[in-house]
Amino acid sequence: MAEVANVLRLEGVCKSYNIGTPVETEVLHDITLSLDKGEFVALIGPSGSGKSTLLNIIGLLDRPTKGRLFIEGHETSRLADAEITRLRGHAIGFVFQYHYLISAFTALENVMMPLLVANEFPDAESRQRAHDLLADVGLSPWENNLANAMSGGQQQRVAIARALASNPALILADEPTGNLDSKSANAVFEMMQTVNAEQGTTFLIVTHNMDLARRCRRIIEVVDGRVAAPA
Amino acid sequence: MNPWAPFEWITAIRFLKEGRMQTMFIVTAVSIGVAVIVFMSAMLASLQANFLKRVLTSQPHIQLVPPDEEARPQRHASAGQFVAPIIQRPVQRIRSIDQWQKIRASLADWPDITNVTPTMSTSALAVRGDASRSISLTGVDPDVYFRIVRIPDYIVAGQPRLLTDDILIGTELGKDLGVTLGDKINVTGASGAQRILTIAGVFDLGNKGANSRSTFVALRTAQAIANLVGGVTTIDVTVGDPYAAETVAAAVQASTGIEADSWIKTNAQFFTAVSAQQTSNTLIRVFVALSVAFGIASVLVVSVIQRSKDIGILRAMGGSQGQILRVFLLQGGLLGFLGSIVGATLGGVGLVVWHAVLRQADGSEIFPLVLEPSLFAYAVLLASITGIGAAAVPALRAAKLDPVEAIRG
Ligand SMILES: Nc1ncnc2c1ncn2[C@@H]1O[C@H](COP(=O)(O)OP(=O)(O)OP(=O)(O)O)[C@@H](O)[C@H]1O
Ligand SMILES: [Mg+2]
Repeated sequence: MAEVANVLRLEGVCKSYNIGTPVETEVLHDITLSLDKGEFVALIGPSGSGKSTLLNIIGLLDRPTKGRLFIEGHETSRLADAEITRLRGHAIGFVFQYHYLISAFTALENVMMPLLVANEFPDAESRQRAHDLLADVGLSPWENNLANAMSGGQQQRVAIARALASNPALILADEPTGNLDSKSANAVFEMMQTVNAEQGTTFLIVTHNMDLARRCRRIIEVVDGRVAAPA
Repeated sequence: MNPWAPFEWITAIRFLKEGRMQTMFIVTAVSIGVAVIVFMSAMLASLQANFLKRVLTSQPHIQLVPPDEEARPQRHASAGQFVAPIIQRPVQRIRSIDQWQKIRASLADWPDITNVTPTMSTSALAVRGDASRSISLTGVDPDVYFRIVRIPDYIVAGQPRLLTDDILIGTELGKDLGVTLGDKINVTGASGAQRILTIAGVFDLGNKGANSRSTFVALRTAQAIANLVGGVTTIDVTVGDPYAAETVAAAVQASTGIEADSWIKTNAQFFTAVSAQQTSNTLIRVFVALSVAFGIASVLVVSVIQRSKDIGILRAMGGSQGQILRVFLLQGGLLGFLGSIVGATLGGVGLVVWHAVLRQADGSEIFPLVLEPSLFAYAVLLASITGIGAAAVPALRAAKLDPVEAIRG
């Protein structure tokens, strides 16, 4: 088997909404791109250009209408829903702009959730890993706080720890700092950089903040559903 | 997090805990429903058990009675003729069962049959001074008969003793004739045979009619008064399993050729009433279960909407549709389970209190309370299953939720 260098590869991916109705619209047109292991990439573009749609497809939450998507070398279009779910669970971590955490659980438990979903039982190992991850993001003192009893920046750091829990190859973050003041945004961003540097986790970060985008090693710009030529 | 609980349990319990108000209200609603069912079912079961006990200790399971006398027309139609006879029903004399000793001996060997005893029933006139009352006189062999009909349990004065000149009478008859224990009364049979009997015991069967008419004497005494020496009018039988009485009766009738009536047949009205009660009880259960189910379903439908973001996040983490489905099915089951535990307890406590407060005029209990543990187990099991069933629609909705939609919110 050939060595898998690409964590992610898209070939001619299109996405249409309202297929078969008079208002059918294609929002992603023939997207081809790939990310190597350990890359730290910003995804930018005007509002409505299709960044979130693209991220959902990459994150296996949505399927493309056309084209092929490879995650760690696996072609995903022919996988059944159950296999897609499993692949999503172990290969991909999400950080969302809003609704970061599950409010019924504490910070520690939120970080344990991906492991609990995968292993069914909350073993001591998962607990230890969640504990360590929270320490990494500097939140050990808030371990047992319920999600709502933390600031937005803290919640987002918990969300990043959670995205890291199952040790995924790729982390997709959709405007992770969009809701934070510049100081917290900076802290969260630097944390992601640290993880990237220390663990080699690949990051794809949607952002409107050009300062942050410029600090990424690569920028992909989406305009009107197409990848714009690098400037 | 309990290390022994799987993901679905942990999440279901957390969701219920977080929605404290909703959970509390619906658990209260479920418990009220279950309490009503438990209370009602246990009360009916107690009433029935009590009635059955009374019936089964005051009459034999099977009674063998001589055949009715029939008139047979002597005139027969000859060829080409039609005869339309009008047959009058003949008078029914008091008659003995033919060869009852042989029948008794053969029945005693049946494995299903526990007691066999002949009795002689006749009507007579009890006279004391100017007062006279018609009575129904039953001649029995006390050793066996009192094992079938528990007269000794109902004796309020004297002894259940039946020597040749003894008689047991009811409290009402005693009042009517102004007699008490040890007094003598004059008993005259229809044939004119007369005996002077001593009151050996007074009983109270809890029924005014029975207390004023029923009397018991020794078998020989009754035979003498009925002028039917050596005869018996019925053979009373008890069987090991009272509910098999009908089949045993049919077998007895087939083998002896004598009419055998089971208590099930003679109390047909009671069984009709029981089955009518059971039907209405079942209806009430079904409707309570339905309203419980709809209550649980509506709470969960709302909860699925409220938690759509949580569901989306769980799916994004690799949670499967099956896991989400089970989280919500479990919530339904848990609501039913919790509600029924509380409800069954309330129903049980309610029964005990009600039973303690509601007394007969003399302060004795109305009837003994029958609290079957199986009733509670059933109520809890059924409510849990109902909860899971009610959760089916919301749980499917949750499982089918598009994670993209849910997260975009
Ligand atoms: N479910 C849907 N049905 C129809 N059209 C949709 C749907 N979801 C998104 N779109 C359309 O697809 C286009 C891209 O949307 P998307 O959310 O990906 O944009 P975006 O780049 O993430 O914008 P923003 O920066 O504001 O988040 C938009 O024009 C949007 O209206
Ligand atoms: Mg977006």
